[in-house]
Amino acid sequence: MNIDSISNGIVIDHITAGRGMKLYELLGLEKLDCSVAIIKNVHSEKLGKKDIIKIDSDIPVSLDVIGYVDPGVSINIIRNGKLIEKKRIEMPETLTNVIFCKNPRCITQTEQELKHVFRLTDRVNKVYRCIYCETKAN
Amino acid sequence: MKRSLIDILDFSPDELQELIDTANDIIARPEAYSRLCCGKKLATLFFEPSTRTRLSFEAAMYELGGNVIGFSEAQSSSASKGESVADTAKVISCYADIIAMRHPKEGAPLVAAMNASIPVINAGDGGHNHPTQTLADLLTIYREKGGFENLTVGFCGDLKFGRTVHSLISALSRYPGLKLYLISPEELKLPSYVKKEVLAAKNISYVQTTDLEGVMPELDILYMTRVQRERFFNEEDYLRLKDSYILTPDKLQNARQDLCIMHPLPRVNEISVAIDDDPRACYFKQVLYGKYMRMALILKLLKEAGTL
Repeated sequence: MNIDSISNGIVIDHITAGRGMKLYELLGLEKLDCSVAIIKNVHSEKLGKKDIIKIDSDIPVSLDVIGYVDPGVSINIIRNGKLIEKKRIEMPETLTNVIFCKNPRCITQTEQELKHVFRLTDRVNKVYRCIYCETKAN
Repeated sequence: MKRSLIDILDFSPDELQELIDTANDIIARPEAYSRLCCGKKLATLFFEPSTRTRLSFEAAMYELGGNVIGFSEAQSSSASKGESVADTAKVISCYADIIAMRHPKEGAPLVAAMNASIPVINAGDGGHNHPTQTLADLLTIYREKGGFENLTVGFCGDLKFGRTVHSLISALSRYPGLKLYLISPEELKLPSYVKKEVLAAKNISYVQTTDLEGVMPELDILYMTRVQRERFFNEEDYLRLKDSYILTPDKLQNARQDLCIMHPLPRVNEISVAIDDDPRACYFKQVLYGKYMRMALILKLLKEAGTL
């Protein structure tokens, strides 16, 4: 299978196989009008299988979203066809308006303009809790 | 620097001890504190009724020589016109020196603290936190037991929705030698996240049981709770579970002579009035100690904010 290499843009690599679509949705990539490729189940020496997303545009992507969905992925920034930066993404300490609290008793349910903020409370088990009501993110 | 109390864990064990020491000094020398807040105002913002907690805060501020403004239900506040908690906090910051807020929505006092320029005290946010009740509990335990180490504590009743239980367990989990007996019907057991994130994480020994009398001889402290109707979505479940545990004098036959019986109040029928005269009954002392701890807390937060 052939996917053209990109000259200016971002490659999100080492995505756990099967999480590419979730990342695509949470990053809002369907709203872009540039070329975006999701490559699923690519052979990987390290992971066995992995997903890759290629974005043919130099747009900002939320590292928090990526770190939340799949910590450990790498971001490759491409300029003029060359790799100029490679970042390994860790789980973020806080998430703002990435996920939303579903607890009907939470203040975020009645105050519509409040930001939904979640804090990482257990790195080992990847547990995020709403800072207002401490409900665990699903 | 402005600080607020939203969760009991906002304060370190040393800071809690400082509050306890201040409260004990207030009890010993009330006149020395009676003018300290002269000219200062506490705003009690109670978006849901809670006569007991509100009056405790108001009594605390008056006993420090201060004044109180506020409202006791959402209908008499701008919230009924649609004002946000954030805006209310900003507005009240212009009128008062410190806020005590009760709100039915979980996290509302945190939102207030993030927006107010004055200290905010969480006076209860739905079924979530009620840190000043925990302060009352801690002073009671300290005065009755002399400290917090090597205690065996039984929590009985609604351990699922009982916020005072969760907060007190979190607070006590920071002291060594804690052993817990968690006595409840199956449906009202302590939530698994508290067991996992507090008890297991801190290697605290605990036993879950439905048998109150069986564990009674082991206990230094028995913390009874009410099954709260307002926490149930289903009336049938409430009616089925509300009388699960009723403490009567005969159930205390095997209890220690120095047992400390606590309850956050109000009680319905879970502690028989026949126990009220038993010297081991500490729940009315808890109410009194709650006022002293609120006095100590108001002083601490006003001092840290540079208001005193």
